[in-house]
Amino acid sequence: MSEEGTIKKLMYVNRKAPYGTIYALESLEVVLIGAAFDQQVSLAFVDDGVYQLARNQSTDGIGMKNFSPTYAALGDYDVRHIYVERESLETRGLTVEDLMPLTYEDEDDDWAEKDSLRVVDSRELAALMSEQDVVLSF
Amino acid sequence: MSLLHTVNKSPFERNGLQSCLRLAEDGHAVLLIEDAVVAALDGTEHAETIKNSAERLSVYVLGPDLDARGLPKDRIIDGIEVVDYDRFVALACEHDSIQSWL
Amino acid sequence: MKFGILVNEGPYQHQASDSAYLFTRAALAAGHEVFRIFFYHDGVNNGTRLTVPPQDDRNVVDRWSELAQEHSLDLVLCVAAAQRRGLLDADEAKRHKKDADNIAPGFRISGLGQLIEAAIQSDRLVTFGD
Repeated sequence: MSEEGTIKKLMYVNRKAPYGTIYALESLEVVLIGAAFDQQVSLAFVDDGVYQLARNQSTDGIGMKNFSPTYAALGDYDVRHIYVERESLETRGLTVEDLMPLTYEDEDDDWAEKDSLRVVDSRELAALMSEQDVVLSF
Repeated sequence: MSLLHTVNKSPFERNGLQSCLRLAEDGHAVLLIEDAVVAALDGTEHAETIKNSAERLSVYVLGPDLDARGLPKDRIIDGIEVVDYDRFVALACEHDSIQSWL
Repeated sequence: MKFGILVNEGPYQHQASDSAYLFTRAALAAGHEVFRIFFYHDGVNNGTRLTVPPQDDRNVVDRWSELAQEHSLDLVLCVAAAQRRGLLDADEAKRHKKDADNIAPGFRISGLGQLIEAAIQSDRLVTFGD
């Protein structure tokens, strides 16, 4: 779908907690639409953005739609590179166990289920950000 | 690749600047705009952090945003360059991509 | 150099739209191309023609419309974000059986694909937001 066959490295950086503002939800909507464009896509969760991936979100009491199950479906949209900054987790007293498991099925490996979520330290994330052609921040 | 990072929030209110400095690689540029221009002033509790960062990053501050807030240019940390919108555009061209720390 | 601009906040509440406008003007003055300006989140509020600011203040919406006309800019409001916030063009108003539309001249409503396309087609994407 990309014109002239351009393939760019595109990273979505999420730094805001869900529900208090609409940024997390509307960022996810961009990711879903963007998946149709066959680009090299990755997501980064930094600062309060890590709360977007928390397990057991339940929004019944606030009358808003719980959009967290959509993150688990990202693998079906070929979104396979989801980075969570270790420092952001640690400063919030969280570990990867507090986050939803995010996986994709690898068609080159007999559809084996593989992790798309990877915890990376600041140094590694900084290097990944530097490689990007486009960074979309929400 | 070299990135231009823009930061637009005061470090007294939000952590965008701290996160930017944590995740910017050596040689990257940081441009302080809007409310983030307060971070360019010397004598604040953030000044030491900015000074240390300026040794490995190029730090710029948007002049019109300083002027609007009545912040004196003679109190800006040594090594931070005051730029106008034309230079902001030029900086965006000189770097491979732009990351906005919103 | 070809720029794409993303504006994520509405007028007046945040400086984002003002900064984006001044950046865009400076880019055009320097001879650069602006491929598209995409308005997302509350940024879609930059595209309502019903804005009536005080006489002694800038008119953020008109300013965008005038710049668009002068330089044939493509100002795009995200349709999903716009509908949530009550921004409708004539077609959308008709389809949703609303009694009014409110899009300012020079703006058009379209999908998020336009943002991704701008990100891909532009040499640089610059984001202004909260």
